[in-house]
Amino acid sequence: MAEMQVELVSVEREIWSGPAQMVVARTTDGDIGILPGHAPLLAELREGFAARITDESGQVLGVAVHGGFLSVTKEKVSILAEGAELSDEIDVSRARAAYDQAKAAGTEESDRLEELRHARAQLLAVGEDV
Amino acid sequence: MAAQARVLKQRVRSVKSTQKITKAQELIATSRIAKAQAAVEAAAPYSDQITDVLTALAGASTLDHPLLVERENPTRAAILLITSDRGLCGGYNVNAIRAAEELAALLRDQGKEPLMYIIGRKGVAYYTFRQRPIMDSWTGFSERPTYADAEAAAKVLLEAFLAGSDGVIEEGPDAGDNGVDEIHVVSTHFVSMLNQVPVARRVAPMEVEYVEHDDDSGPLPAYEFEPGPSELLDSLLPKYVTTRIYAALLDSAASESAARRAACKAATDNAGEIIRTLSRQMNQARQAQITQELTEIIGGADALAAANSEED
Repeated sequence: MAEMQVELVSVEREIWSGPAQMVVARTTDGDIGILPGHAPLLAELREGFAARITDESGQVLGVAVHGGFLSVTKEKVSILAEGAELSDEIDVSRARAAYDQAKAAGTEESDRLEELRHARAQLLAVGEDV
Repeated sequence: MAAQARVLKQRVRSVKSTQKITKAQELIATSRIAKAQAAVEAAAPYSDQITDVLTALAGASTLDHPLLVERENPTRAAILLITSDRGLCGGYNVNAIRAAEELAALLRDQGKEPLMYIIGRKGVAYYTFRQRPIMDSWTGFSERPTYADAEAAAKVLLEAFLAGSDGVIEEGPDAGDNGVDEIHVVSTHFVSMLNQVPVARRVAPMEVEYVEHDDDSGPLPAYEFEPGPSELLDSLLPKYVTTRIYAALLDSAASESAARRAACKAATDNAGEIIRTLSRQMNQARQAQITQELTEIIGGADALAAANSEED
């Protein structure tokens, strides 16, 4: 199967890079799946959702992306994020607690909304139901 | 004489304890330089990528975003000065502050009023001691800055910038008539372990560079944009400014540690020199004291012997 080079880069470091079969992410316009050979694309990712990278062995890698962009060029696919966490770095019970707490507190304040989105991205990345 | 030897001993002890401090600071700073440089390197992929993305976007949009367009009559400019939280780092803060002052003078000549935004306790102390106004300040992270720190500063600056000098900031601690037309950043660039230079850069409005493309490379790929190019530019440019401030913070942190290492190494060496000189003086004084005591005893014994022989 065809493969493409994927890079997941956060502001503070490069988090993951390698060949992959598919990338799925949610942009501001909706879900998008990138397969090798996709046309060049530049998209803003929606706050509070996760991206999924299917690597060369077919394993799915969940990533919580905060404040991200997706850039597809002929050579590679890059996900640029202010912050990003791989699913195995996420503490599920803590994310769940943060999510419930933020939800209970309501989303009127922008800080609360940010917390809620952060926790939701984490939960989605590990494949939990929200 | 006895008093002099004791005083010298006290001074040696005092210099030694100072030397312990500078030696420890030197070692800590040395280990931090490596970490700070690693952080600078780790941040490079993101800033490279975001530059690529902006280049791609620039070809597709009209470039009339406020962050890209020069204001017609700029009257106020923000200066973000990056200093350290702690001292013991030689000329690091002095140089950065001097660069900021020079920039402020230059801006005043151009008819713009400089407004100070400061990162680091030393810079804050400099301006508060002279009772000069500070618009806003952030402290406590100069040696290990995180992206969130850069974001906090960038948010305030961008808000002031987008309001402009005619506009009014409606919310937050800087509410009022404090908008600016330009943002400058004064940071310290890490050239080498022994050389760090203060640099002043304008981050907003950005300078747009036009690059000629070789004919061989062909036209740029036709990008699809989600959402449209101008909306993307709206959300990307502030992030780009934040990245620039973050990069300046990391660079300054590396410079701070390098400056501290150099300053503390010089201090440790000087302390060693002083200890050597003082110990020599101390030994001399002690020896002189012993010689004097001996002479006194011998003299006393001789006098006694002479007195006894006269009695016989």
